[in-house]
Amino acid sequence: MRVVHYLNQFFGGMGGEELAGTGPQMRDGAVGPGRLLEQVLGDDSKVVRTVICGDNYAAENLDALTALVLKEARDARAELFVAGPCFEAGRYGVASGALCAAVSAELGIPVITGMSEENPGVDLHRQSVYIVDSGQNAAGMPEILGKMAELANDLILGKEIASPSAAGYIARGILKDAFVEKTAAERLVEMLHAKVMGEPFESELPTPTFSAIAAPAPVADMSNARVDIVTDGGLVPKGNPDNISPWAATNWGAYDIAGLDDLKGEDYDVAHRGYDTRYVEEDPDRLVPVDVLRELEGANVVGKLHDRFYATSGLVNPLANSRRLGREIAKSLKESGVDAVILTST
Amino acid sequence: MCQVTSVVPVAKMVGANRIVQGQGIVHVMGDDQLPPEEEKELRRETVRQALEALKNEAGGQSAPV
Repeated sequence: MRVVHYLNQFFGGMGGEELAGTGPQMRDGAVGPGRLLEQVLGDDSKVVRTVICGDNYAAENLDALTALVLKEARDARAELFVAGPCFEAGRYGVASGALCAAVSAELGIPVITGMSEENPGVDLHRQSVYIVDSGQNAAGMPEILGKMAELANDLILGKEIASPSAAGYIARGILKDAFVEKTAAERLVEMLHAKVMGEPFESELPTPTFSAIAAPAPVADMSNARVDIVTDGGLVPKGNPDNISPWAATNWGAYDIAGLDDLKGEDYDVAHRGYDTRYVEEDPDRLVPVDVLRELEGANVVGKLHDRFYATSGLVNPLANSRRLGREIAKSLKESGVDAVILTST
Repeated sequence: MCQVTSVVPVAKMVGANRIVQGQGIVHVMGDDQLPPEEEKELRRETVRQALEALKNEAGGQSAPV
């Protein structure tokens, strides 16, 4: 089996953080963890190409790196693409997840990577890629490569993949139908009984987990800050020019408020089916408080109210989609030089 | 970012660091039962609370203001 392997500059043996800016380099054959990977994958497996890239270069040039890795994997006639494992290394994890997703989509071959659950690459790519839970400690390398190899072999043979906890990968959020011996009512009562008795039990429907988010630093000087309003309450200009869906929205809009002292109901619609929108339609400032912020701008309490407010609809939206919308809006705000945001949620 | 919402438990659950209690789901920044000037004063106060939260250190996840 022909394997192409992606490593960062550290695991690729080039060096530490001082070489994080290094661009991609190709090696024929296995490097570092790739040698052990070859062994655990089995006799007929060979790492034919290793791509090594600095973490900063990868983070800043992900599109170019992706194109290059796709070309290398294609040229090398790869039958399996492996990235990492990355443990807690965030930039490495984000790049590895993106590369795996791209190779899987473009080349249709099995892909696998490994990360700790807290790695930001997990949130971004767990739904499209098998990510073996590597834990945080790189000393676990042999064991993790073993799990990655086992899963990779199963994927290549087209075997049924066991549950995340059994196979050691991070849950992808896939629900599968299965026959069970007991009805939901029986299982429920057993679970409740175990809970009351203080015995261990496992919920069949794990609630989504939200990792802790570090609080951004306070705004040092509000009177010089550019402030903006973002809402998930669906306020859009009359006619909803971006066709933002009133539920499970897949896009967002940014709408001009330069020079406006007050938002008028007749100029706006509300793309949201989750609350009674009459009050906002009557006076949009009830959701997007331009009137008050314009006053505070005049009184120099805030430096500047940004020229566009951002809106989407936060109703029955899959979490992964909401996260993407949030990232995109945050990126646009940053690029616009916005210092502080008031997010209004219905 | 400071989130103004009437559903504070959800904001807490998803990890928002700065949260201000809104005036109701249908008008987070208003109250249709109040005369217009009083309603605007209420909105002014809510926005000021949000700006205060943004000016201050959020110790991990901050309690709603």
